[in-house]
Amino acid sequence: MIELTDVHKAFGSKRVLRGVNLTIPTGTSMVIIGGSGTGKSVTLKCILGLVTPDRGKITLDGQDVTKGDRDAFLARFGMLFQGAALFDSLSVWQNVAFRLQRGAARRPKAEAREIAIEKLRRVGLTPEVADLFPAELSGGMQKRVGLARAIAADPEIIFFDEPTTGLDPIMAGVINELIREIVTEMGATAMTITHDMTSVRAIADNVAMLHDGQIKWTGPVAEMDDSSDPYLDQFIHGRAEGPIAAVR
Amino acid sequence: MSGATLALAPVAAIGRLAIFAVRGVSHVFRPPYYPREFGQALMQIGWYSLPVVALTALFTGGALALQIYAGGSRFNASSVVPSIVAIGMVRELGPVLGGLMVAARVASSIAAEIGTMKVTEQIDALVTLSTNPMKYLVAPRLLAAVIVVPALVAVGDSIGIWGGYLVGVYHLDFNAVDYLKNTVNYLESWDVVSGLIKGAVFGFIVALAGCYHGMQSGRGAQGVGRATKSAVQAAAVAILATDFLLTALFFTS
Ligand SMILES: Nc1ncnc2c1ncn2[C@@H]1O[C@H](COP(=O)(O)OP(=O)(O)OP(=O)(O)O)[C@@H](O)[C@H]1O
Ligand SMILES: [Mg+2]
Repeated sequence: MIELTDVHKAFGSKRVLRGVNLTIPTGTSMVIIGGSGTGKSVTLKCILGLVTPDRGKITLDGQDVTKGDRDAFLARFGMLFQGAALFDSLSVWQNVAFRLQRGAARRPKAEAREIAIEKLRRVGLTPEVADLFPAELSGGMQKRVGLARAIAADPEIIFFDEPTTGLDPIMAGVINELIREIVTEMGATAMTITHDMTSVRAIADNVAMLHDGQIKWTGPVAEMDDSSDPYLDQFIHGRAEGPIAAVR
Repeated sequence: MSGATLALAPVAAIGRLAIFAVRGVSHVFRPPYYPREFGQALMQIGWYSLPVVALTALFTGGALALQIYAGGSRFNASSVVPSIVAIGMVRELGPVLGGLMVAARVASSIAAEIGTMKVTEQIDALVTLSTNPMKYLVAPRLLAAVIVVPALVAVGDSIGIWGGYLVGVYHLDFNAVDYLKNTVNYLESWDVVSGLIKGAVFGFIVALAGCYHGMQSGRGAQGVGRATKSAVQAAAVAILATDFLLTALFFTS
């Protein structure tokens, strides 16, 4: 279980997170929605320790994430970055197999490559892309390679930062299904950021809406439509009028 | 910013750099090691810098011979050309010009590469993949530079002396055998070794400046551009300042 309690984060004078409280039970899929620039990516980075919160507490299974063995902690996670963040000096399969080629999860090269190609297939990429370099791929393909890298070592907890942006509707469907599968079949805990309401419905067990640096609404996806929360309503129906200003 | 913070800013910057350097060096000695990254750094810093270092040394050696000949003939001492070219090259010009050329080529490319990795979240990605960027990116480059820049300096020294020899023998009508004899006879091993030590220190400075400014890079393309510029500037100035200090340390008794 991941638990955020009263998490604050400011960049300079810009207060991005202003007391985020959120609980993600083990083995469930949480989707975070919210306007552009509200701090969704920052929230994920706070949990991973890539960004240090100014205040508040984040725990994983009751353990403070800033304490304890960092390597062991990170080994439980997989993360897809919003911009894919592939290593441009490494080929596609070496990117995917990065964790499998060093450290505790180290495997022989042939085996690592095989696993990488299998993961690429799961995100809808053919083995031919394995030896290309990230710069030779389209944006959507890079995103999917990033996804394959995030799931390569079968982590317990996976963060997906906008997994389907830049993908065609069919490929988006494939990815939604994949994320769902990872949660239901492998029992992983997932946190996904998305702007795509179809994805939300396909992926989520629970939904949280971030606005003004706080979680404005959270609950099971089934209750999302009749929440009677004005912020959530405006957001999921994409209306210009409502409590959320269109210019931010 | 108040006066006090303004005055403290450079001190704080030096402090950050020192901490960065200590951390980087400490990772050189602690596993896991990344031999592949180390090999690539050797190639990037050493092998690909060879042509530019060689050309710089060749022309410098030639020009040095001409200058010393012209200057020396004013008091009938033009016979010192071979030994002064050799001593000037190995003690001073080889390491300094080699270091500056490497700074221009390598500090910039390291800063641009690491800076780009920073702004495209590749550094964050490394961390989430349980890989310490200090170990994976910084330590191999520091080690490679310390090892390979002295080698570059040695090559540059030889080519510079050869450049002086070409000018001396084919243009200034020195006897070829005498020229070589004079070169070898007056050169002491400390002349060469002190230059190589300078090379190792300059190599460290170049890699450190590149890595540090790359890791400190601000956001976006502009941030990377600024990091690259700062890395070259810092490396070049630091090389010249350190050269002065080392020369004072080595050659004043
Ligand atoms: N490293 C940083 N330095 C300074 N400001 C930052 C940094 N990272 C994020 N921010 C700021 O924090 C705010 C939230 O950023 P974040 O990336 O979390 O937004 P987001 O909710 O993921 O938006 P989007 O949906 O557009 O991806 C933005 O205003 C951004 O400018
Ligand atoms: Mg984001």
